[in-house]
Amino acid sequence: MTAILNAGAKAPDFSLSVNPDQKLTLSELRGKPVILAFYPADWSPVCGDQMALYNEILPEFQKYGAELVGISVDGAWCHAAYAKDHNLHFPLAADFEPKGAIARAYGVYREKEGFCERALFVIDKDGVIRWSYCSPILVNPGADGILQALDELEK
Amino acid sequence: MAKLSVAVSAKDHRQGDKSAPCTLVEYGDYQCPSCGQAYPIVKRLQKHFGKRLSFVFRNFPLTQLHPYAEPAAETAEFAGSHEKFWQMHDLLYENQNRLDDDLLVELTQELQLASAQLLKALETKEFEPRVRADFSGGVRSGVNGTPTFFINGQRHDGAYDFASLVEAIDLVLE
Repeated sequence: MTAILNAGAKAPDFSLSVNPDQKLTLSELRGKPVILAFYPADWSPVCGDQMALYNEILPEFQKYGAELVGISVDGAWCHAAYAKDHNLHFPLAADFEPKGAIARAYGVYREKEGFCERALFVIDKDGVIRWSYCSPILVNPGADGILQALDELEK
Repeated sequence: MAKLSVAVSAKDHRQGDKSAPCTLVEYGDYQCPSCGQAYPIVKRLQKHFGKRLSFVFRNFPLTQLHPYAEPAAETAEFAGSHEKFWQMHDLLYENQNRLDDDLLVELTQELQLASAQLLKALETKEFEPRVRADFSGGVRSGVNGTPTFFINGQRHDGAYDFASLVEAIDLVLE
């Protein structure tokens, strides 16, 4: 695996389905900070679920005007069912075809398992990565690092 | 490793002595089944460590998953304003399987508190700021699901069965 992209790197652009009839293009979010949260799979156990946690914290992210995008190799229909079940209020991008291409571009794909790392990127309004973090796969990284990075952006 | 960003203070709900060599902080949600499982484990830990352990509970309701988590947290805070936080905390977990609006009223009456006052407090969101403050502090501390435990300020990333927590607490007591 190539190394995770670090602060200072330009965030590779992508255009991925966020539901069966809608695409999200990263560069179209220019002008505001973007939190890109790679996670291994939809439907992990609920109470410790990273996306459910971020859903809950969304108002704190919005104080910074930041957009949160979840991303995994699950398909758009899977994301749609998962988002509906968990009452998620932010988009989940499907890195589905070619599988894991965007995770590879960010250096966070696990070839052996066929899914991505639990990795976080905070991208500034100009599309430059300002903070990245790869968590042990079984440890939900929480949101303290993201909020600190957003604080730094405002300095 | 994530660290507790809001130090334990007199504002917290604490069981045990503040000079105890180990302080266990739990961020929990009254409707979360995993927190329900952790509840008797914490009781056992308190028994096991006695005076060496103090325990603090802070609110971390996952409101998008658990519709009664927020009103339950506010009900415990309401009881807390009448010096009955821990009684309500315990009753909520002991009756978690039937948590709903009626139960909140029932438990309030059981503790001989005025249910009309509770309903008013819920309606006016009197205790919401307190619950939100706990939540925000938790987010800043790296709470990553419920329950999340901090042992002397360090997030406990391991399992939260009795043996694992005993082992982790023993380490800081050594």
